[in-house]
Formats: sequence, structure tokens, C-alpha cells
Amino acid sequence: MTAPETHLQARGARLGKVLLSVENVSLAFGGVRALQDVSFDVLEHEVRAIIGPNGAGKSSMLNVLNGVYHPQQGRIKFRERTFSDMDPHEAAALGIARTFQNIALFRGMSVLDNIMTGRNLKMRCNFLQQALWIGPARREEIAHRRAVEEIIDFLEIQHIRKTPVGRLAYGLQKRVELGRALAAEPELLLLDEPMAGMNLEEKRDMCRFVLDVNDHYGTTIVLIEHDMGVVMDISDRVVVLDYGRKIADGTPEEVRANQNVIDAYLGVAH
Amino acid sequence: MSEELSGLDTFPKLLMYHARVRGDRPAIREKDLGIWQTWTWKEFADEARVLACGLADLGVSRGDHVALVSDNRPRLYAMMAAAQCLGAIPVPLYQDAVAAEMAFPIQNAGIAFTFAEDQEQVDKLLEVLPQCPTLRHICYDDPRGMRHYAEPQLIAYDKLRDAGRESYRRDPAFVEGEVARGAAGDTAAMFFTSGTTGVPKGVVHTHRSLLEPSLTAARMERLADGDVVLAYLPPAWIGQNIFSCAQAFVTGYCICCPESAETVMTDMREIGPTYYFAPPRVLENLLTQVSIRMEDASRVKRWVYRKFMNVAARVGGAILDGKRVGSLERILYWIGDVLVYAPLRNVLGMSRVKVGYTAGEAIGPDLFKFYRSIGINLKQLYGSTETAVFVCIQPDGQVKADTAGPAVPGVELKFTPERELLIRSPGLFREYYKNPEATGQAKDAEGWFHTGDAGYFDADGHVKIIDRVKDVGKLADGTLFAPKYLENKLKFFPFIREAVCFGHARDKVCAFINIDPDAVGNWAEKRNMPYSGYTDLASRDEVYDLVRECVERVNADLAAEPEIANSQIQRFLMLHKELDADDGELTRTRKVRRGFIGEKYGSLLEALYSTRKTVHVSAQVRYEDGRTGTYSADLKIRDAKTFAPQAAKRAA
Repeated sequence: MTAPETHLQARGARLGKVLLSVENVSLAFGGVRALQDVSFDVLEHEVRAIIGPNGAGKSSMLNVLNGVYHPQQGRIKFRERTFSDMDPHEAAALGIARTFQNIALFRGMSVLDNIMTGRNLKMRCNFLQQALWIGPARREEIAHRRAVEEIIDFLEIQHIRKTPVGRLAYGLQKRVELGRALAAEPELLLLDEPMAGMNLEEKRDMCRFVLDVNDHYGTTIVLIEHDMGVVMDISDRVVVLDYGRKIADGTPEEVRANQNVIDAYLGVAH
Repeated sequence: MSEELSGLDTFPKLLMYHARVRGDRPAIREKDLGIWQTWTWKEFADEARVLACGLADLGVSRGDHVALVSDNRPRLYAMMAAAQCLGAIPVPLYQDAVAAEMAFPIQNAGIAFTFAEDQEQVDKLLEVLPQCPTLRHICYDDPRGMRHYAEPQLIAYDKLRDAGRESYRRDPAFVEGEVARGAAGDTAAMFFTSGTTGVPKGVVHTHRSLLEPSLTAARMERLADGDVVLAYLPPAWIGQNIFSCAQAFVTGYCICCPESAETVMTDMREIGPTYYFAPPRVLENLLTQVSIRMEDASRVKRWVYRKFMNVAARVGGAILDGKRVGSLERILYWIGDVLVYAPLRNVLGMSRVKVGYTAGEAIGPDLFKFYRSIGINLKQLYGSTETAVFVCIQPDGQVKADTAGPAVPGVELKFTPERELLIRSPGLFREYYKNPEATGQAKDAEGWFHTGDAGYFDADGHVKIIDRVKDVGKLADGTLFAPKYLENKLKFFPFIREAVCFGHARDKVCAFINIDPDAVGNWAEKRNMPYSGYTDLASRDEVYDLVRECVERVNADLAAEPEIANSQIQRFLMLHKELDADDGELTRTRKVRRGFIGEKYGSLLEALYSTRKTVHVSAQVRYEDGRTGTYSADLKIRDAKTFAPQAAKRAA
């Protein structure tokens, strides 16, 4: 088939300038040094993976980007603005959305309502207006509902639109979580192990959706993943962490051939 | 044709007529982004006109074939109508066909223009492009994922329509002129038969052969422009075309397109169709879902349900047929209607169904009676792609579970001495495309169509079909062997999804069986039986016992029918995998390909006819994503009890 190749070529061509750069970030919890002097950058429209063995500091890195953890040293530059630390809500307002390793949805609420919560930051009307359902609130809700329906259509979850999330299969819940993150119309999307615990078919679906999001909405994506096959297939560039340090950074081919990475994954006699 | 519709002898003429006389009434609805969007007849006709101009600009002209690969969407139907406006011939293809299957129709009909719903279909078409040099244009509807496709053949629907609008503005008379040039005897559409045997054949239908039977049947059921239909079956199947196109065009009723295949149940509830078609399999799935949910209901609800379903089973059918029923029973039925049947119809989305048809396969008597007993006017019909569906329909009040009904007005029927059904009707196809040999075999000099179906007239003049003529065989002792008849009897049990019976020229009948994973899975859960998946479930002794009981009940039934009493099933095994159309084991319409299965699983078959208790199987399994793996295990073979003809009468 010719189509996927043209697709990949076109993707390479549309990478833009640096959107996010992490400069010499170090993070420690008491005596545990989770991250040590880590630097890397993320280009616009890129799919950037962070990989590494268990405990390498991947989730900590994501939490730093998202403003949950505040690094003791180093800076983060997002779109020309420099932060030594930021708050999660600040990050969200800047256009950074994320999903979680352990699904964090409202289990009793429907898929539609869960995704609607992702629109929270975009809602302008106050509580009273919304409660009374008057003019502007009503118009606003219709607009938001439309945006949510477009996401539902995009992720092909029309059939579970009104199903409570708690009743869904794991793979679908992950998809709903992605939907909620998308609802915020993020510029940068952080995915924490989006394929973890999925079966092969669900993984393939998720890969397709991640690439589609990147392609269709132009969203920059930073993802953490264990499944090397997935990472090598869908990422433009990969950062490898081990014991809190960056040990490699480059295209999937470069990383695959890097001796440090092979040692970290397969173990090496010290 | 009736006076009102006189002169309106083609699809496009009817479309323009409806746009004039009922321009503001809904023609097509589609649920988009969660909201039902409507095209009126006027909008539908406008869209078709503009698209026709766009198609003409791309070089599509009278007599050309145009392929369409799409789910039921307003734009699909607009594209079909547009092609017909120009005198071109729409050829709908099955949207779940793999790429290789698409190549043949395109090559066969020398197709230059194809309409594809989305990226998935475009990918398939691009894959076969090298084998299809005639294919010059691929128009796609959904632009998602299409941004980076640079192939010169591709054109977006919106672009085609915008270009067409421009041409239409320049020369509005062009389309009207082309529509007026169309005649009833012109080819209206071509449908490729699913190809149970050999290569698919293109069945050529004229405007007359599609519209006339549609009108007759619509009159018979008093369909009008207030009716609503849910278009949820593949558009490449002629039935869907008749129900959602030909009959809509003769009556002006509204077609509704579901959001996706997964949402059909919900969409049906929201729309409440008044006219409904479902193959037995769909009806069975619905009933299975209801039964499973009912088993999970509270004790009181289950009691009420059972109580009133018994009442319905006693008198529901009779009440629907307008027969005399005692007042007490009538009152009970009325209470049942309030408490059970009406809510049940509502859940099924059938609250407003005036007429429902089922056809395609034999329907289990219990299943059929279930729907009728709760007040849904479900009836059987008989027809095929070659006959534009309507050959036999059961009229109201003469409905039976095991026949196809008497001939529709205008249709002549007779049986050959070999019990083959022959048909002569206005709905008969003109020919198989570019295949005069096959046409000559199917249609004789006097215009009789040889259906290949074996059957007979019952006492009331209803047609009863038992099997395909070529499949009806004989056991070594000369007993009549109708495999499909046996397989259907097995499949009427909810636990059995598919069955394949063998026995022609052999000393006994043996069967391969596929269990229904939902029903058996639920059964296993109720018994706290853990299982990992289909293969595991199908190898359990408990499940073998369950299936053996079913087989033995079929045998008891058969023992009561003297002609085929000896074709009782003596040994069976449960296949390690579900039969699948992608593996060539079923047709796209899910009919078993017995010969192919017999060859593919030859070693299993031989084991059935030996005295062995197990058989080793090592097979390649193809997963949904296209990867292959190997599976190997020992399958068990079981004997089933058979009944002597007399003994069975007592047991039954």
C-alpha cells in the first residue's frame, strides 16, 4: 500500500519550531533523586516519547511538565515563556492537557458528561447563569456540546455516548480519557502510558487515534510508554531515561541502536 | 404503474416528482454529531442534480457503471440518484469486502468512477488500483485522515459538489434533459451476488424490474409517505436498495441512516420505524439480548414477564391475525400489553412497526412466534437478487412460521419434478452482466427463472422452501438429505450459532457445530464456570453435553418426519474457531459454504466418520488485524442418541 508511506513523509515535513524545552531539570524527593539534570525539547506537531525501565523517572518527568511536581533545579520553556515551576491549572490554561496511567474518570457519569468536564476551562458563564439556563449559558452549552460530539465522532464512541463510564471496558475508558483531554483543545497533550494493560487490538486502535489526533488537530504529543513496538512505530523522536538521567535522545532508529539503551533494558554486568 | 405515477417510470423521474409534490417532507435522515439531520425531498433532489452535473464533468455518461462503497448515508443515496439522473448505473459494493474482492466488479464493469465513504474504503481502492486500469476517479465523503493523500484520482465529495453546482448554474437544463431521456427499460442498477459458488455475477436490473414489484408490495402493505424505515443493512444487498430506495421512491416515505453499526439499537428506538426488515439472525440477536437482560432482572419482574409471555404465546398471534379469542384471555392480553409487551416493543424500537418482514434464512418457529405474540406484525417473504426481492409475501391474517407465503400479484410460480422453484415475474432481472452463459442457465427461453431452491406448495398454497436443489443429497441408503434443513433446526437453539451437516453419499449424518459465545458464555457464568474465550468454551465437556441435548432434540423431531427420519445426526464435534466470512467459510451474508468447509477441515470430517473419540487439529488462525498464528489442540467427538421413528413419536 502506498498511502501510509506518503502519510509518514508528510508528517516529517510538518514539524515546526521548538514548542517546549526542558532545561537541566532536577527533582528529588528527600534523598531519592527522581530526575537529574534532564534536558530535551519538543517540536511543534511532534510525537515525542519518553521511555525507560521501571522507576526511571518517566512519570515524574510528565508530572513536572504538567506542574504537579516542582523541580528543585532547572527551567521549562513553553512557547517562549520560561517557568521554574508551574501549577497544574496554569498548565491547563496554557494549553497542556494530560491523561493518567490509572484512569481518572468520573465512573458514575456518562461518557458525554465526562468529556464535557474537559471543556471546563472554556466555559465563560458563571454558576448562576448556568443554573438558570439563560441566554448566553444556553448558547455556550450548545457550542460545547457540539465540540464534545465532534470528539465522540472522532474517537468513534457514539454507541457509548450515554453509558456510565464505570460500565465500559478498560480500552474504551482509556479512549474516553483521551477524549476528555482533547476536549480542552490542548496544544500539548501528555499521555501517561496510553496503551498500558490493553490487548493487541485496543493498542492498535489507540495508536491510530494518537496519530489521528496529531494529524487532524495538529496537537503536539508527549507520551510515556512501555511497549517498545508502539513507541518505535508512532514516535518522531524518543528520550530514554534511566535512574533519572537521560541516556539517549533521537529518532527511534538511533535509539534502538544506542548501546546505553540496550544496556539499560537488557541489563549489563557491572 | 398507477395513474398517479404514470409516466414516472424511472428512479430520477420519481425523485423529481416527489421534490415537486412533497418537497418539504423528509426524504432522508441521518444522525450526525448526535442530532438527527433531515434532507427533504426537495433538498435530496437538489443534491442529486448538482452531483449529476459534477459527475458529468468528470466524464460519467449514459450507460457507464459507477461503483459505490459506503455505509447507508444520505450522500450515498444522493450519489446513486445522481448517477441514475445521467443514465449511469450505480453498482453498490459490500463495504466490508476486502480489497481483493473489490477488484472484480470494477474490472468486470470497466468502472471509472467510484464513491468511497472514508479513508478505510479509499485505502482498499488504492490497493487494487494497479489491477484496475479503468478506475480514474475516487470520490470520498469523510475527509478525516485524507489530508496527506496525494493520489491524482482522489476528489473530495464537497469539491465534486461545488464544481457540480457551478456547472448546474451555467446549464440548469442539462440534468432535466438527461432525466427525461431515461426509460423504464434502461438499466437502473447492478448488484453483485455474494458468490456462494464461483466468481460473483453482476445482476442487471432495469428501472421497471425494481420499481414495479416495489409498488405492488407497497400497495399490498398500504405504505405511504408517512412511513419511516431504518436503513441499516448493507446497501450492496438488493433488499436494502428496495426498502431504502425503490420503495421510498414509489411511496415517498422517509429513510433514516443510523449513526454507526454499533448504534443501530439506540437509533431504532429514537426513530421508531413503521416498516421494518430484519433477517432472522438480527431478530435472534435482539431476542437473545432481551432474554439475557430479563434473566438479570429482579424476581418479581421475571415472574411477571414469564406469566404474561405465556399469555402472549397462547393468544397473541391469534389476536394479531384477527381471530376469535375468549374475553378473559383478551383482558389478560390487554394487561400484559400494558405491563410487558408495549414496553418490550419500545425497547426493541418496534412500537410503531406496521409491517415487518423477515427473509433470507429459515426462521425458528419459536423466534417468529415470539415477535408476533407481542403484537409485532412480522411476516415472511421470499425473493432473491434476481427477482428484485418480492416473489412471495404472507398477507395479513395468513402468517405461518414455516412457509414463505403465496405468490405476490403478478408473479407466476411452478415447481419442476426435481422440486426446483421456477419464477416468472415483472421483477425478474434482465441478465447477468457480460455473462450470457450464466444468464441462459438461470433464465430459460420461456422466461422462467430457475431459483435453485427446492421446495413445494403446502396445503394453503404457500411456498415452502427446504434447501438449495444442488445441496439436497441422498445418504448411502437413499434417504433424502437436506443439510440446510438440519442445520437450521440446530441453529434454532440459542446455544448454537452455526452448524454444518455432512451426509451426502455417506452412511450417516455428522455435524460441525459453532456455539453462540454470548448465550453459552452467559450460561457458563450462571454456573460459575470460568473460561478464557471461545475456543476454551467450545472444548468444555459441560458445553458438549449442552449441545448434545440440542442435537438429540433435533433427532427426536426428525424421527417424526418419515421421509428424512434416517438423516438424524449421529456424531458431532465443536469447531475450535468461529466460522468467518474473512476466512471464506461463510458468504458475506453469513451462509455457510459447506463444500469449502468440508475441504478445509477434511481431517476433522474423516475423524467424524471414523470411530475415534478425539481428533488433533493444528490450524492457522487469522486474527482480525491480519496477523496469523497457529492453534493446535485435540477436539472431542461425541455421539448423539438417535430415535427409531416410532419411539420418537412418543418422546416428542
